[in-house]
Amino acid sequence: MSDKQYYFDYAATTPLDKRVFSKMKSYFTENFGNPSNLYEAGRKAKSAVSEAILKITKVLVCRPDEFIFTSGATEADNLAIAGVARANKEFGNKIIISAVEHKGIMSVCAALAKEGFEIVKIPVNKFGMVDLKKLKKEINVKTILISITYADSETGTIQPIKKISSLIKKFRKNKGTFPYFHIDVSQAVSYFDINVKNLGVDLMTLSAHKIYGPKGIGGLYIKKGIKIKPIIFGGGQQSLRSGTQNVPAIVGFGEAMALAQENKKPEFNRIKKLRDKLEKGIFKTIPKIVLNGHPKNHLPNFLNISILDIEGEALLLYLDEKGIAVGTGSACNSENLEPSYIISALGRPYEHIHGSMRFTLGKYTKDVDINYVLKNLPQMVKKLRQISPLNLKIKNPKKISQPKAFVGGKTPRFVK
Amino acid sequence: MKKTNLDVVNKFTGGNWAYTKEVKEHFFNPRNLLWEIPQNKFEFDAEGIVGSPACGDVMRVWLKVDQKKDKIIEFKWRTFGCASAIAATSMLSVMTTEKGGMKIDKALKIKPQDIMKRLGGLPDRKIHCSVLGDKALRAAINDWFKKTAQYERIIVESSRVIDQNTKVTEADIESAVIEGVKTIEDLQKRTKVGIGNPACLDEAEQLLRFYREKYFGKDA
Repeated sequence: MSDKQYYFDYAATTPLDKRVFSKMKSYFTENFGNPSNLYEAGRKAKSAVSEAILKITKVLVCRPDEFIFTSGATEADNLAIAGVARANKEFGNKIIISAVEHKGIMSVCAALAKEGFEIVKIPVNKFGMVDLKKLKKEINVKTILISITYADSETGTIQPIKKISSLIKKFRKNKGTFPYFHIDVSQAVSYFDINVKNLGVDLMTLSAHKIYGPKGIGGLYIKKGIKIKPIIFGGGQQSLRSGTQNVPAIVGFGEAMALAQENKKPEFNRIKKLRDKLEKGIFKTIPKIVLNGHPKNHLPNFLNISILDIEGEALLLYLDEKGIAVGTGSACNSENLEPSYIISALGRPYEHIHGSMRFTLGKYTKDVDINYVLKNLPQMVKKLRQISPLNLKIKNPKKISQPKAFVGGKTPRFVK
Repeated sequence: MKKTNLDVVNKFTGGNWAYTKEVKEHFFNPRNLLWEIPQNKFEFDAEGIVGSPACGDVMRVWLKVDQKKDKIIEFKWRTFGCASAIAATSMLSVMTTEKGGMKIDKALKIKPQDIMKRLGGLPDRKIHCSVLGDKALRAAINDWFKKTAQYERIIVESSRVIDQNTKVTEADIESAVIEGVKTIEDLQKRTKVGIGNPACLDEAEQLLRFYREKYFGKDA
């Protein structure tokens, strides 16, 4: 077991920046007031919340009243989808999403399908990019909402958001206000411009803990005039979203957002260079590796590969023993035993998904960390390949996909 | 030495590594692994393979058998799968070869929960990973029976259709139980058994109880 931690799972969560933590501290103890109260402690809390909103909306380039805090990206996604759907069902019942959306989108859409909404999932190409032709074909007068992630959470492939928004605008020109356009930028904030006007979006989900802020806080940009219904009911704080505001987390979110704008370009380049070094190094030293996602058009900190003949969870635990933390799309690592549907959407066979590993870098990743992985990974893979009876071929993956002789002699079915 | 924060706690040990000490030991230091696939195909007396790479688990077993004593004397293996699958095969290899080897009739009776017991338990959602080990062993023993012309001893693992309407088989019900189905409602959700043919539900429920007991013991 290694003492030092080599963290390569920044897409799962990031450590809290110490500067963010120090800003938050006083709001746990001395400045504990409820922003809904009029006396001094309440006013202090309220002004801290307002200040945080300003820091965030300055980056989004929107009005302060166009942004509300939620408990995180999942709630923001849920609010965007269910809130818009339920408020506008008299205008249509069709919602379009992509096949590589986060579970926060997939699950609320599955729930809405039961309420009578028509959910259409646009397929992606082998690099994970949304098929624009199919998307264009699907938009009709019944379509009230389109939700596409900025970049998916497993391969980091970036979607053509501006192209999609101009597609939507063109449609609206003749047909009125719908469809609305929602995107989730949780993974992209540190690296890309998230100016809502440049992107041309109506709703946008944000998360704090992916940008060195605290967990349990996120938010949703809602363009003025968008009809939306609450999904949480209560005392009407923040009008659309009830519940006493999480003041320390809000303060942390605001600060994290401001810090994320510092050194954006050089940091982008630094991380991309490290990621490319990792990719090149792995492909050079380990045979039978497949890259998942777009070779160029991806978030600068994402590297998703499939290592054939071995199973992701086994490798994850071998790496953990060396202090290296990574993610995997293997079925064995998920709660419902379903292998990653995102990598599956790229058309990869299950054999590849079971051996998929996601390395995501962040602002504390250094060159020595990359060297450490490149030193240790080949021997771990070698050992697990010695344990494995498989010898898959990289080409012709279809041929080896014969799910049989699983427990019960049947192709596995996955309960959603 | 600091432990990594895997957010999984083993309910058997309370430890913060997802698995028990035994699982970890067998996972990192597998016993009786076949390092080199033998060039000479007669080096081992029998061979068995189950699973598929698409499903995420494949186990391959090679045996040497003492025909006179009707005992397994060597058990070599290779496994593609997660930590549970690797540790379970390793443990099975120890169980069948310790104390001078195991009688074939006894080896045929090994159940997944016997392996799990020796491993000190597995997290619930990992139980299915360990069930291929005994199947691979039985496949290898059947191979041995064929090679030594003991045809009467070959055990055919056939699968009976329970619901003619939806073609749900006994094996489907077995696998549903292994994956954690506890009630007839969940079984129907999972397999569609009896949806158009409720007459078969009685039998399905009996099988559900039978396999619950087989894999999880009498208290299940």
